[in-house]
Amino acid sequence: MEPFGKLAATVVPLRLANVDTDQLQPGRFLRKPRSDGYDNYLFHDLRRNEDGSMREDFPLNQPQYQGAEILVADRNFGGGSSREGAVYALADAGFRCIIAASFGDIFRSNCAKNGLLPVELPIEAIEKIWEMAEADPSAPLTVDLASQTVRLANDPETVGFEIDPFVKECLMDGKDDIDLTLAHSQTLSAFERSYGQDFPWRTPTG
Amino acid sequence: MTEQLTLFEKIWRSHTVTARDDGQALLWIDRHLCHEGSFHAFEKLAMSGRKVRRPDLTFSIADHYVPTRNREAGPDEPEIATMIRLLDEHSRTNGIRQFGLGDPEQGIVHVVGPELGLTQPGIVLVCGDSHTSTHGAFGALAFGIGASEVSHVLATQTLWQKRPRTMRITVDGTLGKHVTAKDLILSVIAKIGADGAAGHVIEYAGAAIRGLSMEARMTVCNMSIEAGGRAGMIAPDETTIAWLKGRRYMPTGKDWDAAVAFWRSLKTDEGAVFDREVTLHADEIAPTVTWGTSPEHALPVTAAVPDPAGEANEGRRATFEKAVDYMGLTPGAPLDGLRVDRVFIGSCTNARIEDLRAAAAILKDRSTKVPTMIVPGSTMVKHQAEQEGLDRIFTGAGAEWLESGCSMCAATNGDMVPPGERCASTTNRNFRGRQGPGSRTHLMSPAMAAAAAVTGTITDVRKLAEG
Repeated sequence: MEPFGKLAATVVPLRLANVDTDQLQPGRFLRKPRSDGYDNYLFHDLRRNEDGSMREDFPLNQPQYQGAEILVADRNFGGGSSREGAVYALADAGFRCIIAASFGDIFRSNCAKNGLLPVELPIEAIEKIWEMAEADPSAPLTVDLASQTVRLANDPETVGFEIDPFVKECLMDGKDDIDLTLAHSQTLSAFERSYGQDFPWRTPTG
Repeated sequence: MTEQLTLFEKIWRSHTVTARDDGQALLWIDRHLCHEGSFHAFEKLAMSGRKVRRPDLTFSIADHYVPTRNREAGPDEPEIATMIRLLDEHSRTNGIRQFGLGDPEQGIVHVVGPELGLTQPGIVLVCGDSHTSTHGAFGALAFGIGASEVSHVLATQTLWQKRPRTMRITVDGTLGKHVTAKDLILSVIAKIGADGAAGHVIEYAGAAIRGLSMEARMTVCNMSIEAGGRAGMIAPDETTIAWLKGRRYMPTGKDWDAAVAFWRSLKTDEGAVFDREVTLHADEIAPTVTWGTSPEHALPVTAAVPDPAGEANEGRRATFEKAVDYMGLTPGAPLDGLRVDRVFIGSCTNARIEDLRAAAAILKDRSTKVPTMIVPGSTMVKHQAEQEGLDRIFTGAGAEWLESGCSMCAATNGDMVPPGERCASTTNRNFRGRQGPGSRTHLMSPAMAAAAAVTGTITDVRKLAEG
């Protein structure tokens, strides 16, 4: 996984609340192998008309937002299904950071496992970013994970954000958490033995 | 003085293998359920050359993609056939007990888990599906995970988790006649919002919850995820114990006695503190339906489609406008009487035996006016329904009676609502396109869906039930 440091990139403003993972990647594409490139399915039904042509009014389709690596949405982004395909679709489309007023819990966790930084900001800060990106789509936003701050282009003020220290560490180092867990092998084996003695009836035998 | 703990805290503590100062805990997982969508995770595991640490605690069940018709012939789409075959291969290679296509115990993973007694009070149970929250009905800590986490659990039988906050939702009083668990949970979501419980584990408490059957408790916990919750749970009681007794994977003999003694102690201590408390009164809950594109867009069936113009908040107004437009509705029109094109009764929310009995009670000696699909939650539920003669009531009313699976809830197996059509559905999500591109979903209880099938419109079930 690519480590996440400081990102200065342009923004796609997405003025939508409750963008669930079904919108990010409709269920009928979940069967596709990742090698297909999941960017084809990102917002598949939202960004197309019924005849399959691209909707001009959908921000991701607009020329001024091409190449953006940061997506900024309203509350409850990524709620719903646990499908990690929703995150694969964002990652394969080149996004590195998602900013929203709140996130679906499983989605947030899936983001971090794929090198994508989920940043929760108050709605006032999000509105400011939307306005900036709509006024000047080429204006970069700087997201610094180390200092946990977001800064608008030409704005001396930074906005801080909270992130779980464990998630921060994994993202900054690009770490695989299975390796991290296996470093606790002895503790785990000891737990497993004593747990098995305490709760023998929890192991199914039917 | 001993510490007062919530049910959640007791389970969390007893499963913590190791904890970090930053609040992350490595949790022991008692039960891991997989389905054919877990192929990304198995592939990741195979690529890293790792093995499944505890195949005896891992079970796999085909549900999302299985066909509901001509099952003997197998799936007709090659991609779907491949996914089901992959689950079979991954299960065999890793020594995992599988309930695949054609198995008499196959079904939706969240129906089959409890049915087989794989779900127990006090355990931690995970599955790569957000509706894993269902199993919390038994007093387990059960939550959905992503593919990377599935891979982590396969390799280590543990999961790193940040300790969630706790929330208690107390529902006082008694539910009215023909008002069900589905109406209760839709009312909760309407009240707190689709992200109202984000970052929290919910414990449901109060007289109305205690009075629910296990099937009804599963419906409530199932939709905790629609309120944004990490998990939902209900403390085990005599209802739980009676329901579990004798199930295939339940402990027996002295082990059963020890387990029951432990389960009886599993509850939130008097005086334990939750991060958040919400109270509802059961007698204020009416049969409830959704009108929009989020489960929080839920109203009593006696209400009308909201008028976005009446929304003072700009963002909320825009959201309502989009929802009303997508759903093809007229602001101010009564919900009762709104024409539907089809009905779907099924899903991990509402396809258990009690749900089918509730639908049958309405459909008995009546006819459906619109195409109606009834998909049992498991093959065992299907057989039980047939023994009780429910299938004959359904087919007699003109409904389709099909094989078990997720079917038209997630629309991944090819069962879909055609674009623009309006579906009365017992499922959990009314998202845009959830039941197929352009589909319009109204969530409701099985009895309400059956009433919609009979009248061809959204209907207050109390009118039909009262004769």
